[in-house]
Amino acid sequence: MTTPTTRIGIAPSKLARRVILGIVGFLFAIPILAMIEFTLRKGLVGGYTFDHWTGLFDPANASKYDVVYTGLVNSLMLALVTVGIVLFVLLPTMVLVQLKFPSLRRVLEFICIIPITVPAIVLVVGLAPVYSVVARIFGSSVWTLAFAYGITVLPYAYRTIQSNLGAIDTNTLSEAARSLGASWMSVFWRVLIPNLRRGIMAASFISVAVVLGEFTIASLLSRQNLQTAILLMSQSDPYVAVIIALLALAFVFLLLLLIGWAGAAGNSRRTQNRETT
Amino acid sequence: MGGGSRQFTAHTEPGDNVNSPQGVSVELTDITKTYGGQRALNALTLSVEPGEFVALLGPSGCGKTTALRSIAGLETIDSGTIAINGEDVTDQPTNKRDMGMVFQSYSLFPHLTAGKNVEFGLRMRKVGVDERKERAAKALSMVGLDGHFDRYSHELSGGQQQRVALARALVTEPRVLLLDEPLSALDAKVRVQLREEIRRIQTQLGITTLFVTHDQEEALAVADRVAVMQAGNIEQIGTPEDLYGRPQTPFVAEFIGLGNRLAGVAAAGEVEVLGQKLPLLQPNVADGPVRVLLRPEDVELTSSGMPGTVISSSFLGSFRRTNVLLDDDTTIIAVQHPVRDNPRPGTKVFLSLIGAAVSVTPM
Repeated sequence: MTTPTTRIGIAPSKLARRVILGIVGFLFAIPILAMIEFTLRKGLVGGYTFDHWTGLFDPANASKYDVVYTGLVNSLMLALVTVGIVLFVLLPTMVLVQLKFPSLRRVLEFICIIPITVPAIVLVVGLAPVYSVVARIFGSSVWTLAFAYGITVLPYAYRTIQSNLGAIDTNTLSEAARSLGASWMSVFWRVLIPNLRRGIMAASFISVAVVLGEFTIASLLSRQNLQTAILLMSQSDPYVAVIIALLALAFVFLLLLLIGWAGAAGNSRRTQNRETT
Repeated sequence: MGGGSRQFTAHTEPGDNVNSPQGVSVELTDITKTYGGQRALNALTLSVEPGEFVALLGPSGCGKTTALRSIAGLETIDSGTIAINGEDVTDQPTNKRDMGMVFQSYSLFPHLTAGKNVEFGLRMRKVGVDERKERAAKALSMVGLDGHFDRYSHELSGGQQQRVALARALVTEPRVLLLDEPLSALDAKVRVQLREEIRRIQTQLGITTLFVTHDQEEALAVADRVAVMQAGNIEQIGTPEDLYGRPQTPFVAEFIGLGNRLAGVAAAGEVEVLGQKLPLLQPNVADGPVRVLLRPEDVELTSSGMPGTVISSSFLGSFRRTNVLLDDDTTIIAVQHPVRDNPRPGTKVFLSLIGAAVSVTPM
């Protein structure tokens, strides 16, 4: 006797999946809902209002929230420079290792994974003397923090790019392009980059998400970014601080959705490929 | 870039020779290549005539792919020279060698359509957009893929992808076409179809072609000459008929085709095997005990002769191959015969030897 569907191993039933998802979703939703509820409070008088939300976007309050805007601009600039480090340093290095020095792949992987094992506070202790040198060379402008962020995003950026690199036959594609007359530059720009687009996008989005959420390094190296600004603002206007935190969360959530979408698009393309060959 | 006189013509039949062959010669001289102390190529020397189709055949690890990749410039050789049409290209980078290559694995650029893939080489040569499109369409038509210009690789079957790869390699009118086991990932029927098309197109264009394969049937079927490789060098190079009928070394004799290895005695230009005398193809064999290789088609089922018992029989399409255990209870002989004879296992049969011993080596 056969059953119409067979479950493999200990895969949960549809109901169990929904219950687990519901519990996890509820646990995640509690603090977010609490934050939203908090931003709508009228203060000690009781009741709810949208004043804190509308006030944030009121031009009359611009000077009051200046620190937040400065922090936001700094964080966006840092995200941009960090993404630049990922794209112009990490990506070419990984491609080079993949094509020319495959024996170094393990070494590169080890180096790139190290930052995830080092707590930010420990990293800062090591970075402090380094930044005294950095400050002498590049000045103490906030963008120099991107050097440290370039290290902290390494594990995430490496993993996403490597999974894409592993999914395409970079060696054969490069050799095919070379045999057709392409220079190494053309191979990189016209063949590899278009096929690594999904990994590059994901690495960039994750880097932006990590940089926007970073507090410890900026705070201990006395630089101002979005997270330090939120902390500052919370001392004078806790409602606005929480609103900014919510908006930052929503932005990061949107980025992760985009990564998921890019990944799903790649997967469906690969599945189609398997079906037709 | 050479070979400018060739033009693609769609669906030309083999032997039409619409364009006179304008291939170039390829000369490999004393090529040596070592991987971590292991010699992949051991002073390999090979000369390919203009317009010739040469297959490099050999077991895994014999160096055939390394030799092809060295010609393409994808491997740096330790010593020796590679010359194309007399020009030394040993130190030229791959993208300057003007060679078309088809790889074993599917190598189409996944982000480009079939047409754009074919256009790629022309784009690298800065050919104008209109000419690019026209030549790419012609090349696709030549490999039987009209109407597939806008298809992506994931929308094509394996055979179609290799056809596009072939069109892409040929559209730039390269001096030499290099094929690195292009059929090995395809199913048997497509493999036969495509190898015949490759030969048709090669004959039509007259392009010098080197074809790496480990499939002897494939090599013998399409090549003008086959180079059998072992341990980084060429054991023997010759026409398929020569290799099959007159192997120069025991390795070639055993690698090409099937053979019965039997003990015999050489004397006075003949060899005596199982009580029968056969002519020697190799005149320089010293008299004395020898090991003899006989093809299954040089043994026949007869009404009288050496007695034996059928132990198995396989239907192979146009012929049947039967293994017979001789009455000495030690010798098993493979016999190739027409399918109308269908001896069952256990049946008593008689064998006689015809033809010649293709290989004889002193014991």
